[in-house]
Amino acid sequence: MSASLGAIFGPGFFGSAPVHAALAGGAIVAVVTGAVGLFTVLRSQAFAGHALGEVGATGGAVALLAGTSPLYGYLGIAIAAGAVIELLGVQRPRARDLATGLVLGAGLGLAALFLYLDTTASSTTGAPVTVLFGSLFAVSQSMLPEIVVLSAVSLAIVVACYRMLLLSSLSADLAAARGVPVRVIGVAYLVALAVAVSLAAATIGAVLATALVIGPPASALRLTKRPGLAVLVASVIGIVAVWLGVLLAYDSFYWPPAGTGWPVSFFVVADVFAFYLLSGAVARLRQSARRQRRAREVADVAGG
Amino acid sequence: MFSGIMTTTWIAATMVALVAGTVGFFVVLRGAAFAAHAVPHGSFGGAAGAALLVGIDGSILGVSGTIVGLLVFAVGGALGIAWLGRRGRHDVATALSLVVMLGLGLLFLSLSQDYAPAIYSLLFGEVTGVPSYDLIPMAVLGAACIGATVLLYRPLMLSSVLREVGEARGVRGHRVETGFLLVVALATTMTVPVVGVLLMFSLMIGPAAGARCFTDNPRTAILLTVAIAVLVVWIAVAVSYLTNWPIGFFVGVSGALVYGVGRAWTAHRVRHAIPDGGRAEPVAELA
Repeated sequence: MSASLGAIFGPGFFGSAPVHAALAGGAIVAVVTGAVGLFTVLRSQAFAGHALGEVGATGGAVALLAGTSPLYGYLGIAIAAGAVIELLGVQRPRARDLATGLVLGAGLGLAALFLYLDTTASSTTGAPVTVLFGSLFAVSQSMLPEIVVLSAVSLAIVVACYRMLLLSSLSADLAAARGVPVRVIGVAYLVALAVAVSLAAATIGAVLATALVIGPPASALRLTKRPGLAVLVASVIGIVAVWLGVLLAYDSFYWPPAGTGWPVSFFVVADVFAFYLLSGAVARLRQSARRQRRAREVADVAGG
Repeated sequence: MFSGIMTTTWIAATMVALVAGTVGFFVVLRGAAFAAHAVPHGSFGGAAGAALLVGIDGSILGVSGTIVGLLVFAVGGALGIAWLGRRGRHDVATALSLVVMLGLGLLFLSLSQDYAPAIYSLLFGEVTGVPSYDLIPMAVLGAACIGATVLLYRPLMLSSVLREVGEARGVRGHRVETGFLLVVALATTMTVPVVGVLLMFSLMIGPAAGARCFTDNPRTAILLTVAIAVLVVWIAVAVSYLTNWPIGFFVGVSGALVYGVGRAWTAHRVRHAIPDGGRAEPVAELA
């Protein structure tokens, strides 16, 4: 028994402090992105979700230049970018994507400049890769309180506006007719999204932030139509994907090429994608089972 | 600025602008900004994979490995978006294709452990990033892009502006979508080595979004888009050469500037519109 467990969990897995921090930080981020991301998927704002995380890299680069904590750089720029996207005030989905893209382009252009200045100022040549891609193992124990507080802020916004947000996500016209301040809710939601995404981007990297904001909620929505349950399912999928990723990355230290280890972000992304394909297959199976049952009932009625 | 290796750069940059402008018009018309961002960004993974296989300066079949890697990943990403998008939400399909490609890119990157400046110039572009032997493959890809856009012009216009009418006329929306994504993939492959994976889409959407504010006629808009794109790229190359700052910075910021000028112009025109009733609704606004 313990031999087979030893084969799954590499030696020292449970005793390692970086692993503890990665598991804890990753789980918190997975819960927040699961809850916030559900509305991102419902509102078809995947591009905004991705863009806010990536634009945050500009803030990361500035913070690196100024020598402060990158987390606040990410946060400041992401909230500013979210405000600009909303202020451009385009409601049609196509034009909204365009506005998002142009804000993202300008942000990335600035990121290019600041990263260039970073590398010339301090010859930290790894800066672009660290800022843009990140690693879960970069989460330290000391960051955990900040992660918890920011997660709580993001979740609080979503919980406070839950009903209005849900209605305005499903049908903006209906929500407006019932007196929901759709614009205000939209801005509040973008702030919550900016906090969640920049939290994720700063701790686990922009790639993983997009994967966690979009993947688990989209999978959950294929499995259940009930929004409350979908939040729960999305969070569970997110946590499982992150923990499995951490475990595989830890074990990969013993895989070829020896002694380097594979990046944890790769494993988490692969898990998230696998869950998405799996949920699609489950949804199709269920649909065909339902169709067969209905056909049988019709046949029974016709036969009897 | 105009000698030696820079001649190659000027030729490459001009070709890049021609292709990005032509394709970009349809990207904006179709509201495909996310796909136009995801395909180039994700193709970074292909370049990293090529670097792992043959080294950062290696070549495959006489073409530089970077171009082959970009091509494989860009086409794969385009097909992935089209395939996943058929069964699920389009933006979710785009986001997931992007992160899968980037995840693979991270893996290749960590396995090959290349030196960081090469990765940086791939992400944000480099003025002297194109070796002269890549000009011919780039020209072939660029010609294929523009040729495909000309061939697809009518179905693309129809399915972008009046999707239902297009379907009624026998334009298959999904096939046009897949074909268009493949054109974006080809455009990506040839433009990325100059502008970089992150800012390539800015060159596609910035000039096109600006041009739309100045004219209602699609053909005029395409010509104007191409002209603005060429101007933006030339200025970016020149200033980047002089200051040594990354070319992506100038491309990204000027893309947003062009759009800002366009929006200001539209606002100005609406405010001072003579009530002659002669101003038709812009075609693109129907979208």
